Amino acid sequence: MERRTFLVSTAAAVAAAGLATPAMAQDKKAVIGVSIPSATHGFMGGLNWHAQETIKRLKATYPNLDFVLATAGAVGKQVNDIEDMMATRNIDALVVLPFESEPLTSPVKAVKDAGKWVTVVDRGLAQAGIEDLYVAGDNTAFGRVAGEYFKANLKPGAKIVVLRGIPTTLDNERVDAFKAAVDGSGIEILDMQHGNWNRDKAFSVMQDYLSKHKQIDAVWAADDDMAIGVLEAIAQASRQKEMWVVGGAGMKEIVKRIMDKDPQLPVDVTYPPALISTALEITALRFVSNTPVYGRFIIGSTLITPDNAAQYYFPDSPF
Amino acid sequence: MSDTALSRPAGASRLPALSALGPLLALILLVILGAVLNDNFLSAGNITNVLARSAFIGMIAVGMTFVITSGGLDLSVGSMAAFIAGVMILAMNALLPSMGVGVPLILVGMAIALAVGLLAGLANGLLVTRAGIEPFIVTLGTMGIFRSLVTWLADGGTISLDFAVRQLYRPVYYSGLFGVAWPILVFAAVAVAGQVAMRHTRFGRYCEAIGSNDKVARYSAVGVEGVRLMTYVLLGLLVGLATIMYVPRLGSASGSTGMLWELEAIAAVIIGGTALKGGHGRVWGTVVGVLILSLIDNILNLADLVSPYLNGAIQGVIIVLAVVLQRGKSSSA
Repeated sequence: MERRTFLVSTAAAVAAAGLATPAMAQDKKAVIGVSIPSATHGFMGGLNWHAQETIKRLKATYPNLDFVLATAGAVGKQVNDIEDMMATRNIDALVVLPFESEPLTSPVKAVKDAGKWVTVVDRGLAQAGIEDLYVAGDNTAFGRVAGEYFKANLKPGAKIVVLRGIPTTLDNERVDAFKAAVDGSGIEILDMQHGNWNRDKAFSVMQDYLSKHKQIDAVWAADDDMAIGVLEAIAQASRQKEMWVVGGAGMKEIVKRIMDKDPQLPVDVTYPPALISTALEITALRFVSNTPVYGRFIIGSTLITPDNAAQYYFPDSPF
Repeated sequence: MSDTALSRPAGASRLPALSALGPLLALILLVILGAVLNDNFLSAGNITNVLARSAFIGMIAVGMTFVITSGGLDLSVGSMAAFIAGVMILAMNALLPSMGVGVPLILVGMAIALAVGLLAGLANGLLVTRAGIEPFIVTLGTMGIFRSLVTWLADGGTISLDFAVRQLYRPVYYSGLFGVAWPILVFAAVAVAGQVAMRHTRFGRYCEAIGSNDKVARYSAVGVEGVRLMTYVLLGLLVGLATIMYVPRLGSASGSTGMLWELEAIAAVIIGGTALKGGHGRVWGTVVGVLILSLIDNILNLADLVSPYLNGAIQGVIIVLAVVLQRGKSSSA
């Protein structure tokens, strides 16, 4: 009490305290809150693993950084997590991969309004200009790169089938870009059904494609989990020699098969779950250096081929 | 519903009443619709696909019929299947160096699946009967526990069976006897055994009696708790059996394995004419219900009827119609 009275009553001390705050922030630990969806499927599993690994590494490298990691299985839980971080953990920055854009917009905005640094990962918020830093994969390139490979490697008149993910804007962006890329090539898209990025669902959908269509030259499975289900259905119908499959993301088993030159899996398109590491590393720079890190960082989607597969192969990751 | 249960002579076999034919009628209509829409619908390949796909949910739904008939419910079966698959694959991978690739390893894996299923069912059953907690709450809890455990075991990723073991195990899903795939044969055997148990054994009659009125059953010297416990254990065993047939299909388990299987199984049971509040069970109806559910999916994939965004709506309409068909007739009869 006495101390506070003393500070308030002394104008010079107030000014000094105001000036001293940034310097004191350097001394005390900066706390970075990390809120991501829980590991409900392969991609998110990989993302969770990379998040934990990166936090471990950053803590060891920068002793003045501390991290609070929360994973949420539903939108409501994620909102609670962020509120808890603000109320009880006194975070200085928030790195968030929103479960859904709309419901997370105002809770994240509240964090920003409280003067904290905000990094948004992969899924943008519904309102522009809230985040200081935006790190994401490139969904349009993801579809386009795959589409361009199909266009370059199939003859006009070739017939392909497509498996879509869970109906979301993200999935629409990918599929629209893919359709635009194969447009005018004479390639016919026979069918597009939702496989929900799920192995079992993709297996059934592919079984039905195979019963329905006598000729299929290639499959855009659009996801490596779905590619696994698709390959199994093709093997069951003994039609491995007729068609090849392109997945997406960069699952280690699939990358391994590309390295081994599997004729059924010629290439893969990246959409790395390690993008959370990019977001964490860049956010950490904000607190340990004067590096300007505000803005947008878009991670390109590139083609994994047998020649470059080794650099995308992470045998220790669960994905 | 309790009227039907009381008026039916116990254990007597007779032709199903007209009201019971609702789901069968819906199934026949779906088959005709499928055949009209696509020439390949009735091909041997497609029929095998649909039946083999139905087998997992089918076996679980037969077990679920007994649980629901005796007035219980089990929401944990989908997560339980994922958990059993995860434990089974990890155990087989761990035993591989000492046992080598061979039939004994597969058999040990199967035994582990059944044992884990039995224990999981026993846990659910004991919590319901001994601790006296509502089945909805118990199994909602275990649903979350099993799902988290498999995600944890998989480190958030996917647990995959060793490649060599998988090659040996694969025929359990993909090949069969006299051209009929194994999962279909096992499902058929489970369905027939379930039908016999429900109609012609004391266990089946006790399930219906407990579901109709457990106080009356208790006064009639029926071991209510024991029978209830048995239904959960039986369901656990059947989930284990379904997992044994599921693992060779893709050779992997993850946090998303068996997602929403519990709801599909419960829906199949209700579509088939078993009362959700218990007291009346119909195993063959459950089988019809399972087939209806997988046929809807199959037909929607084979025919481009509607935007794929609307698939869920079509499924919903058909499920409700199948039940309306049956309830409408039973109230007028």
